[in-house]
Amino acid sequence: MGGTAKSQLRGRRAAAGLAAKGDPGWVKWLITGASLCFLLLFLGVPLVAVFAEALRKGLGAYLESFQNRDALSAIRLTLLVAAIAVPLNLVFGLAASWAIAKFEFRGKSLLVTLIDLPFAVSPVISGLIFVLLFGLQGWFGPWLAGHGIQIIFAVPGVVLATVFVTFPFVARELIPLMQEQGTEEEEAALVLGASGWQTFWRVTLPNVKWGLLYGVILCNARAMGEFGAVSVVSGHLRGQTNTMPLYVEILYNEYNFVAAFAVASLLALLALLTLVLKALVEWRTQGESEASPAPATAATPEAEP
Amino acid sequence: MPAPTAKTFRKRRGVIPGFGLTLGYTIFYLSLVVLVPLSALFLKTAAAPWADAWETITSPRVLASFRLSLAASLAAAAVNAVFGLGVAWMLVRYAFPGKRVIDAVVDLPFALPTAVSGIALTTVYAPGGWIGRWLEPLGIKAAFSPLGVTIALVFIGLPFVVRTLQPALEDLDPEVEEAAASLGAGRWQTFRCVILPAILPALLTGFALAFARALGEYGSVVFIAGNMPMKTEIVPLLILVKLEQYDYTGATAIASAMLVLSFLLLFLINAVQWWSARRHFAEG
Repeated sequence: MGGTAKSQLRGRRAAAGLAAKGDPGWVKWLITGASLCFLLLFLGVPLVAVFAEALRKGLGAYLESFQNRDALSAIRLTLLVAAIAVPLNLVFGLAASWAIAKFEFRGKSLLVTLIDLPFAVSPVISGLIFVLLFGLQGWFGPWLAGHGIQIIFAVPGVVLATVFVTFPFVARELIPLMQEQGTEEEEAALVLGASGWQTFWRVTLPNVKWGLLYGVILCNARAMGEFGAVSVVSGHLRGQTNTMPLYVEILYNEYNFVAAFAVASLLALLALLTLVLKALVEWRTQGESEASPAPATAATPEAEP
Repeated sequence: MPAPTAKTFRKRRGVIPGFGLTLGYTIFYLSLVVLVPLSALFLKTAAAPWADAWETITSPRVLASFRLSLAASLAAAAVNAVFGLGVAWMLVRYAFPGKRVIDAVVDLPFALPTAVSGIALTTVYAPGGWIGRWLEPLGIKAAFSPLGVTIALVFIGLPFVVRTLQPALEDLDPEVEEAAASLGAGRWQTFRCVILPAILPALLTGFALAFARALGEYGSVVFIAGNMPMKTEIVPLLILVKLEQYDYTGATAIASAMLVLSFLLLFLINAVQWWSARRHFAEG
């Protein structure tokens, strides 16, 4: 009996592959139907609503929403903030992952935990800490005021809060990737006479480029879209410290829905672009890992009698 | 302890350069951007009289906001645990057209700026909105109520559960399920006794991550909540309210209480992962 059962099993497994292992048809339909309904109600409908509301009064009204100084300055500030925050956290991510992945030292796991810390902090608190540091009642507030430097309710505060909330993105993508790749290739390059920088540019960087891109995409999306932290430090000065998400809030609270959703639709397009890029990077890395020899799968034989 | 120091020192002096530079910069930048600002919050709290901080936190309005934030976050994480498991199961086990698109869309709450999700959810679930108009005759008030807060938190927490469960479901050994089936277990019995225990750590981690994120969430909630004092105010909003009244001590007290709560959750998540890794190791 054992022989036929085993061959039967093997045959079925080969036929079914990895998909649909043994769920009866109605269970399959139930789970798929319920999941798709859930996704539609919570993700699909709100996403479509953004564009529908933005175009409610036609394309003309939609385009007109961008034709004023406040909208343009919000877009400009958002781009500026991302252009500062992303490179800063990119350099940090490279340095941190190099130190953590290529060397052994005590306190490493504590360092990794600390790098993730900004993710555990509420966006509002992320803004608050900078108010406590640089606000008028804060530690450096009086000194800054004395020297005519304004950080809170000004652009530097917006940049600082954004750098804080996007801090871990690149590092947390790169650290596990570099750890997985080990140090053999770098050691070989160095032994063959390459300098440290040459090794970094020609060996390490090409090896982690997809993970790096992935981290930068996510970091950028959050930098452009951050709302809570920026809302605390910006002071909502129209045309000066309003990023796009803050401008959306102002328009919405003024019942100017078409303009609010028009600006929001730009941010939603950015989000969709982020998702597409993310999916492309994932396929790319999957393809690469499938092309390279797969690691030996352990723990299969124990089920054999 | 001289022995381990000597060992790490030797390893450090291997051929790869840049240890001092990269670690030094990492610690410098980490301190500058994260550690110093965060410690400002705790020093500020410690400097304020404890009685004042306690009075702020235990005032009825703040307590009501903590109750709402905790209850809505728990409810949202629970909804996500159920439907997130369904979505992850569907994505891992079934083949259907458009699967890759659905898989990518699960990350939408990560990618969409919270202010955009906030106004979109409000418009859809408000009375007269695309979904709100169907709920209204049923007597369900979705937007501007605690239910609205929960809806926004379900939106924001979904990817945490799905993305934590997916690898755990992929790692399940098909032979174990087949063994259970050949020993006469029904499909539901197999799920309850074989699959569920194996993915429980991932499910708990996803639940806790969604819960932690929901507690601190601000942007997607403030629009749909309606922000009525004692009824639909969340904790992060109250921090902002205190700040706008220039009550820095009050804002700091609430923020510290919240931060302690999030760090406890973070600790819990790490403990679950450690426990499951150990269990996995013991079994394998």
